[in-house]
Amino acid sequence: MTDNAWIGAALAAARPQAVSALLRYFRQLDTAEEAFQEACLRAIRTWPEKGPPRDPTAWLIFVGRNSGVDAIRKTRRNVALPPEDLLSDLDDTEADMAERLDGEHYRDDILRLLFICCHPDLPANQQIALALRIVAGVPTAQIARAFLVRETAMEQRITRAKARVAANDTPFDPPDAVARQERLGTVAIMLYLVFNEGYSRGHADPAAAQLCDEAIRLTRLLLQLFPAEPEIMGLCALMLLQHSRSPARTDANGQIVLLDAQDRTLWSRPMIAEGLALVDKAVRHGTPGSYQVQAAIAAQHARALRAEGTDWAAIDRLYQILEVIQPSPVITLNRAVAVSKSRGPAAALALIAPLADQLDNYFHFHGVRGGLLQQLGNATAARTAFNRAIALANSPAEAAHIRTHLDALSAPALPDPAAIAK
Amino acid sequence: MQYAILCYNDENAVASWTKEEDDACMARLAKVQGDMAAKGKMGPVARLLPTTAATTLRKSATGTMVIDGPFAETKEQFLGFYVVEADTLDEAIAFAKDLAVANPGIGAYELRPVSLFFPHTIAAGSGAT
Repeated sequence: MTDNAWIGAALAAARPQAVSALLRYFRQLDTAEEAFQEACLRAIRTWPEKGPPRDPTAWLIFVGRNSGVDAIRKTRRNVALPPEDLLSDLDDTEADMAERLDGEHYRDDILRLLFICCHPDLPANQQIALALRIVAGVPTAQIARAFLVRETAMEQRITRAKARVAANDTPFDPPDAVARQERLGTVAIMLYLVFNEGYSRGHADPAAAQLCDEAIRLTRLLLQLFPAEPEIMGLCALMLLQHSRSPARTDANGQIVLLDAQDRTLWSRPMIAEGLALVDKAVRHGTPGSYQVQAAIAAQHARALRAEGTDWAAIDRLYQILEVIQPSPVITLNRAVAVSKSRGPAAALALIAPLADQLDNYFHFHGVRGGLLQQLGNATAARTAFNRAIALANSPAEAAHIRTHLDALSAPALPDPAAIAK
Repeated sequence: MQYAILCYNDENAVASWTKEEDDACMARLAKVQGDMAAKGKMGPVARLLPTTAATTLRKSATGTMVIDGPFAETKEQFLGFYVVEADTLDEAIAFAKDLAVANPGIGAYELRPVSLFFPHTIAAGSGAT
């Protein structure tokens, strides 16, 4: 890595803390961002010669504050100037700044910055775009590629979203414990949206896949700030455990490979280790939540070195807990997959029968139902369900996957050994 | 004498490397290790997962307490370690310098002489690659 590439990584790492601290200081998102940009330019100019500062984040906040003050001074001549000693000698003040910028403030600063991106007036994809741009610092062109829109369109989307949040009245005082929890919950949802945006399309699109990495990075950051929050541990673990399978999710032709058929040696072991450690940490708190349970389910898969070794009964039990915490037909549908493995396709089919109305427009419902009917030897009904699934497919890969099932149905009728065994 | 080379760096900066940058760095570090291994002086090496995955057991007069997170909140985190055989401190420093060159950016290496060393092995099939 060249010096410049390393500086880029350091700037990216410092960005969430620096921009959110500058936002507290300037109370204006645009000014805070511009100040950070200016600080970055100075870093690129001076760090290669003088060497990087001991605390790059504190350096960037300090320089950003000064440059922002300069900018405000230029536009509004009558603004009172800050004390000259703050502006005079960077080296003397840097250590002192680092002390003062440290600690408590960071936590609420970053949470606030993430929280204002979750403005309720903004549609989910704008919240995501804004958080990626402002907090994670992902270039607009890259976000545009991930969302399959033109850069100019994404630029406009972000500008509009920024104008919306500029009118936001999120107070700058530290939130109380209840408000902090609410913010944390809202931000967690948004981060999971970022992840899902990447995960749902990442198998076909490397630009989208990168969103998964950004989501994990931001969630780890949140966990650094709130190290004892089991749901944030759960969220981080869930992302890591799902993302660990990415290298095995598509075959050489870009077709989706289902969990059962994935080459588990391709799964990322470090991600699994991190995810499993986080699940274990969360469980110790004894306060189950949706992300923790979903992570625990993903952990069951991660622990099975071979698909046959999966503890489907345990997964069924975890889904039952999830149904209580967060009742939803989609969760019951997922549970049905576990039930089909542990108790057979007939039990699973009975479980999803009541969902037919609610999930009639849901791709996965018809895909799962078709699979269960196929296992039970009901080829005609299976074909109808698979055709419905293809009509509702969200991507060519999904449709192609269902077609392979249809092809299997059309093949010379061999009795399904699983159906006979039952 | 054996030295433990303890590596400290800003984990957020390291985590923001691209996969290509990370792979390139690991390849350079592997070469540095290879040179040491060729001399029969390379011991165990570990790269640690982020501190967010860490748990700390704190012992006090009244008992033990399990705390989420790393032992210390610092600007630079303990990210990994090497154990090497070095005849002199200079040799250990030379090895750490090679690591520093292979590793981009800032960071620090603490060279700590080893008192006891048990090269136990962990059964295959578990843990990171």
